[in-house]
Amino acid sequence: MAKKLDKVDVVVIGTGWAGGSIAAELSKKGHSVVALERGEDKTQQDYIGAKDELRYTSRKIMMQDLSKETITSRNTSDEEALPVRTKNELMVGTDVGGGSVHWAGATYRWSPFDFEIRSRVEKEYGKDKIPKGMNLQDWGITYKEMEKYYEKWEKTAGISGEKDPIDKHRKMDYPNPPTIETPNIKLFKDAAKKLGYHPFQVPSGNVTKQYENPDGETINQCQYCAFCTHYGCDFGAKSDPLVTVIPTAKKQKKFELRTLSEARRIVYDGKKATGVLYVDLRTGEEYEQPCDVVAVAGFTFTNNRILMMSKIGTQYDPKTGKGTIGRNFHGQFNITFLGARGFFKDKKFNMAMGAGALGATFSDLAGEHIDNSKTDFIHGGGMEIRQYGDGPINNNPVPKGTPRWGKEFKEKSLFYANRYVQVWFTPGVPAWSHNYLDLDPTYKDHMGDPLIRATMRYSDQDRNIAKYGIEKAKEVVEKMGADIVDVDEVPEEFDHIYDGGHYAGGVIMGENPETSAVNNYLQMWDAENIFVVGASAFPHFGNRHPTATVGALGYRAAEGIEKYLKDGGMLVEPKGSKAKA
Amino acid sequence: MSDENKKNPDGREPDADRRKFIKNTGLVAGGVVGGSLFGGYFGNMMGKDEDDDKKKKERKAGTKFREARQFFSRKEDFDVLTAAVERIYPEDDNGPGATELGVPFYIDAQLAGEYGLNAVAYMGGPYKKVKSSDRYQTRLNRGEIIILGLRALNDAGKQKDKDGFSKLEGKEQDKILSDFEKGKGKITGLSSDMFFELLRQMTIEGCYCDPLYGGNRDMAGWKMREFPGAHPAYINDIDSKEFVKMDPISLEDYQP
Repeated sequence: MAKKLDKVDVVVIGTGWAGGSIAAELSKKGHSVVALERGEDKTQQDYIGAKDELRYTSRKIMMQDLSKETITSRNTSDEEALPVRTKNELMVGTDVGGGSVHWAGATYRWSPFDFEIRSRVEKEYGKDKIPKGMNLQDWGITYKEMEKYYEKWEKTAGISGEKDPIDKHRKMDYPNPPTIETPNIKLFKDAAKKLGYHPFQVPSGNVTKQYENPDGETINQCQYCAFCTHYGCDFGAKSDPLVTVIPTAKKQKKFELRTLSEARRIVYDGKKATGVLYVDLRTGEEYEQPCDVVAVAGFTFTNNRILMMSKIGTQYDPKTGKGTIGRNFHGQFNITFLGARGFFKDKKFNMAMGAGALGATFSDLAGEHIDNSKTDFIHGGGMEIRQYGDGPINNNPVPKGTPRWGKEFKEKSLFYANRYVQVWFTPGVPAWSHNYLDLDPTYKDHMGDPLIRATMRYSDQDRNIAKYGIEKAKEVVEKMGADIVDVDEVPEEFDHIYDGGHYAGGVIMGENPETSAVNNYLQMWDAENIFVVGASAFPHFGNRHPTATVGALGYRAAEGIEKYLKDGGMLVEPKGSKAKA
Repeated sequence: MSDENKKNPDGREPDADRRKFIKNTGLVAGGVVGGSLFGGYFGNMMGKDEDDDKKKKERKAGTKFREARQFFSRKEDFDVLTAAVERIYPEDDNGPGATELGVPFYIDAQLAGEYGLNAVAYMGGPYKKVKSSDRYQTRLNRGEIIILGLRALNDAGKQKDKDGFSKLEGKEQDKILSDFEKGKGKITGLSSDMFFELLRQMTIEGCYCDPLYGGNRDMAGWKMREFPGAHPAYINDIDSKEFVKMDPISLEDYQP
């Protein structure tokens, strides 16, 4: 029997950008908040001296221990799914701060086009443009409504950047100046300009000046030390929950962080949640934590799975299209981030230096700006050059046709280590009716509960937009003057490698309870006191990196929870089935 | 960390860089980062731990004792491993190959621990056969994969020479490795390309990991690539139009 604890106002599951922001906001307002984190207690101190490529990038020490829990994966619903067994195949963050600690820092807002994508596509290109099976839907919120949450999050995180020259919507200046323009970044920008594009520095969570955020937390100045993506920051200079919202929450009297505490079920009476059942991983003891509101703010897989295991909402069924939990699973991985590489014989760059979000980009080919009536896909993409700071184990680019080992490999991988550039395309990713999440019938986690199962295959849309991006990236790299230009190949089918962390959907937001699980406050249509926050709420993936939108949704949800604690009830009127796909 | 670790192409004094680094971070002014960073890292930066450095150098001189096998029980397996990794990353005019970089001992140590035992991988059954060797769908852990793969390499080698793989000419070894890479080798319970990919990956790791793991001996792998290792900061160099060459720093010298 679980031991029942004293009631609190809010239980937050997960401590990343979403959960951390909610915990900070509500505890600042004087509410009692308990945050449950299944990972270990970490602070910025844990990452001092963490410049170890083998441990962090290769062994992925900051990622979930898959021996305890992983996912299973298959392409179609008539196949048997198999567990994704190693961290080479699945990257999911863990410990306090979640995936928001190892992130790179590229920080874009998504566009007005994204939030009203179905309406915009129908209006601009006609209903017939949307292929059968593409679950394209509006988010139930507009960019204008999202703007203040983006602003709040960017200030909290101290984002460093310059205005996108062709962005007509952004009002607020970035809190900090952009990152440094290195010679290879300049080369990219010059080439992009020659092609008629409008390049700018990637907006960055690698903070360019020592900065005090509105909560009084200090973020240090980025040293471009290169040990950034896959790492916690050595200097507290990457904006992450460990230097922002977590310490802010910890300063509040009524906030309590419980680590090694794995939420297993939301206790649900058929209408509302009454608390959260969790296990203390040190003792194996079960606890029931009663509360007025549950904020489910874990990673996409966690959010979906805990609702499925708690039997809250209706499981999505791809045959009928009914049910909402697990619907619209999608993301930016494998067939995204493709592009071209350029090799130089007489130019040498400082490739070992860098920062996660150091780079340049342009938006001229983004969904907001290109004409989809002329393309064989919907949406568009960003074009990026990045300078992460290459580690030697995981970066050995060689021109196509070079053997992968032996004398020639060694010779060329040494020669080109500092003589290459990579340019890639970050496409928007619509979701499909045949891609979804549910519980696996066979494989179990360390406590005997079913693993979550992903069913995911590619469509022509995915392959066509990838081809387009590769072609455009190639033009840029050629213009940069590379002696050898190689392009990525478009994969035929999804290979079950979940790389990069951009997995989304399953508990999506919208205005219609038939096609969405949460409203625009991230409040569940089926349970007014459960808020499900994070990338799980994306109906589709915008054509830029996701973190700013996760951060903004965190603040939107915090506002909703505050309203709910005051007034109760559904915060948004549901709308009819006009958005039926 | 000593002064010869940092060579600025423009002849700037290293100490000037250190001061600038500290100024730029705002760490001192802001006083927001706790003791370990100041005590250790800045201690090193300011050259205050010279005695410590001396002791470390003396210890380093005696590191050979660590090079004994903790995973491979048969020397024959280890000899095949040594021969194979040297073909994957051979000695050439650029510098040492995998053997001299310590790769065989690196792999031995890795397989003896968490990585070889698949401690953080999902190993629950049932197991199903799959086409792609990118998906890890074998019941064998990495240690077992490497042992079985090396023995299969040796079996293939014995068809050419009774003394086995390690005694073959380099070209003949390459032919066998290439067959394994293409999935043509014979290993019970495993596709040979999966073994080869793991061996290749661990060879590269051993050439370029921090020396604390037993590979990249004397940071010679990093030196060949002009990789600076755990260098504290590049804020003053990253916009340089020229390539900036720096002597590498390992974690032994970097961590507080």
